[in-house]
Amino acid sequence: MAALNVSVVSADQEVWSGEAAMVVARTVEGEIGILPGHEPMLAILAGGEVRVTLPGGEKITANAEDGFLSVQSDAVQVVASRAALA
Amino acid sequence: MGAQLRVYRQKIKSAQTTKKITRAMELISASRIQKAQARVAASTPYSDAITRAVSAVASYSNVSHVLTTEPERVDRAAIVIFTSDRGLAGAFNSQVLRESEELAELLRSQGKEVVYFLIGRKSVGYFSFRRRDYERSWIGGTDNPEFETAKEVADAVLEAFLRDSADGGVDEIHIVYNRFVSRITQVPVVTRLLPLEVVEAEEEVAPSGKAEVFPLYEFEPDAETVLDGLLPVYIESRIFNAMLQSAAAKHAATQKAMKSATDNADKLITDYTRLANEARQSEITQQIAEIVGGADALSSSK
Repeated sequence: MAALNVSVVSADQEVWSGEAAMVVARTVEGEIGILPGHEPMLAILAGGEVRVTLPGGEKITANAEDGFLSVQSDAVQVVASRAALA
Repeated sequence: MGAQLRVYRQKIKSAQTTKKITRAMELISASRIQKAQARVAASTPYSDAITRAVSAVASYSNVSHVLTTEPERVDRAAIVIFTSDRGLAGAFNSQVLRESEELAELLRSQGKEVVYFLIGRKSVGYFSFRRRDYERSWIGGTDNPEFETAKEVADAVLEAFLRDSADGGVDEIHIVYNRFVSRITQVPVVTRLLPLEVVEAEEEVAPSGKAEVFPLYEFEPDAETVLDGLLPVYIESRIFNAMLQSAAAKHAATQKAMKSATDNADKLITDYTRLANEARQSEITQQIAEIVGGADALSSSK
């Protein structure tokens, strides 16, 4: 299965980037899970945790505040003015 | 030792001390340029992502937003000036201030009132010395800008922009800052920040350089809200980028200024050494002449 290309970006640096199997984030409308092949999307994030599941099954969590999420042809960008790995 | 010689030696000493200081400052700012440049580079993914997202929303929705609509009448314009806290940076601050004076002149000739937002102690000093009013100022931390400050600045200008111009709000916002081109060149940049000009030529926006067509995005919750959320963030990132650029440019300008100060000190030292040698030589010559004259007088009196 194709993998997602994920990058978590904060205002002053790229916090994390790499391949992942799934990304779960909390938007203003509720939690959303993104798998490979997701349709292009732009969503406003509500503050909270972003969980990235790596292809190996490991999990990475990051705190993102005040930002947005963009999905486009299996590239996921989590952009937040403040983001840090938890 | 003759008085003149002593004066020259003192001057050489003082030039040497100054040279030591300027050399140290040159080295310090040289190392800081690299850090500042790295911070500019580290913040690029963020601003790229935001720029892409904004142009994606703008080109796939016909939402008009208050931040992108040209006001019918512009009564008041704001200028945000990015200077540094410290001087000793050559023309760094004066060129930004000069550019903003020119811009203010232009805006006034179009019948607009100009208000200022100042960043950096130097611009605040410039304004208070001339007893001119400014809306708000931020001092400190220009060497190493924090995102928090950028956010504060963005909030303040957005607030002023969204206020009605009857209540003292502004209809246009311009920013003036020094852009870091290379270690040698820093160019003052004047751009209009608000209202945003939406350019729907996404081919040019693509950071990869190749033409890229945005897919049909789904917006959550909807395009309007997304744009609402994105545009302030975009402004923040533009201001943060200006601050980072200005910081890098400041260090580069300091390095250049301190390098020429060191060179000048070198030149002074050479000049004064020459003069001191000359003074010493003429002192010796005079002493010889006196001895010879004295001996002559003794031998003739015998």
